[in-house]
Amino acid sequence: MIVAKRKPMNEIAEMVAPFKRITVIGCRSCVAICLAGGEKEVKMLISALKVKNRKQGKHQEFEGLVVERQCEKEWVKEVEDKVLGSDLVLSMACSLGAQTIGDMYPEKLVFPGLNTGMFGVPEEQGVWSEKCVGCGDCVIHLTGGICPIARCAKSMGNGPCGGSANGKCEVNLEVDCAWSAIYDRLKLQNRLDLMEKITPAKNWSTSHSGGRRVYEREDAKLTPHQKKGREGGR
Amino acid sequence: MGERKPRIIGFCCERHGMDSAVLAARSGKLYDASVKLVEVPCAGRVDGMHILKALEDGADAVFVLGCLEKNCYYDTGSIEGRKRVGYVKSMLKEVGLEPERVEMFNAASTNAWAFPEAVSKMVDVVKRVGTMGSGGEGQ
Repeated sequence: MIVAKRKPMNEIAEMVAPFKRITVIGCRSCVAICLAGGEKEVKMLISALKVKNRKQGKHQEFEGLVVERQCEKEWVKEVEDKVLGSDLVLSMACSLGAQTIGDMYPEKLVFPGLNTGMFGVPEEQGVWSEKCVGCGDCVIHLTGGICPIARCAKSMGNGPCGGSANGKCEVNLEVDCAWSAIYDRLKLQNRLDLMEKITPAKNWSTSHSGGRRVYEREDAKLTPHQKKGREGGR
Repeated sequence: MGERKPRIIGFCCERHGMDSAVLAARSGKLYDASVKLVEVPCAGRVDGMHILKALEDGADAVFVLGCLEKNCYYDTGSIEGRKRVGYVKSMLKEVGLEPERVEMFNAASTNAWAFPEAVSKMVDVVKRVGTMGSGGEGQ
């Protein structure tokens, strides 16, 4: 899932300061799971801003909403009147959610309340760790199910490097060496022969380069006729 | 006219927290009457939202009084309460407010002094950092 973190409150307070009517929109998907932009976080953020305003004798109107998935237009459409009726939308979703609202209503100001961080997984309550960088060419079938690109500090395709010691990385002794973990996993799976295979230099053209990536699936796309039908039906 | 009296909200767990408050009253301990008590099933039930809402709606300071951490009736409720108080403190600090407006205290049910001491500490904090304006939006 996408893991994000709330921006520091002072940064958010500064962003929203010039505006009178502010709609804060959270998301019930990834950012709710990582406790950054769900219903509770939206309420707490608004409350903290109101407390600050109370101390300063200032008044701003806040409205808090949460949509199912802010990165999908259908869900954002449900709160269209709230978006259009505000001076500022503060998105408590990942950057995808904020950009979706911004693309749908380009005349409206949509500011991010979160810093979008990574593709990660919940390791334990309150801990999320990065396990994928979205390189577009997955190799974990060769590395014991562990991504060396995301989890090795040097994103090495062949490892471990000389800086691995006792399962830790030389970059930071708190960090596990990904290639040590890969070795242990392959040994457990009786597939250590893979450690000796040399992986050629990675083709990074599938990763973030040359502008944004767009994936398309022809059979799922609507024909002009279907699009017209859908628009007419609404 | 001088500055108004502090408004303090105390969330007391219904076990040791509330027992110590009741014992304080029965023992004739004196405490500042600006405090309003909210009895909760457990300090761990107090959410950051409750604390912020109290500040938003008119309180100058908020405290949570729970069981002693190693003697919590629900085992980890006081620890949860402390963590949530800590989170709200960090939010207040980030937004430029005084984090000491929010505190966590612990008491055994036999500590008649614990409740008046908590109230007195919070009153001192409000006297030092000032009240939060004339009232909250909810008032």
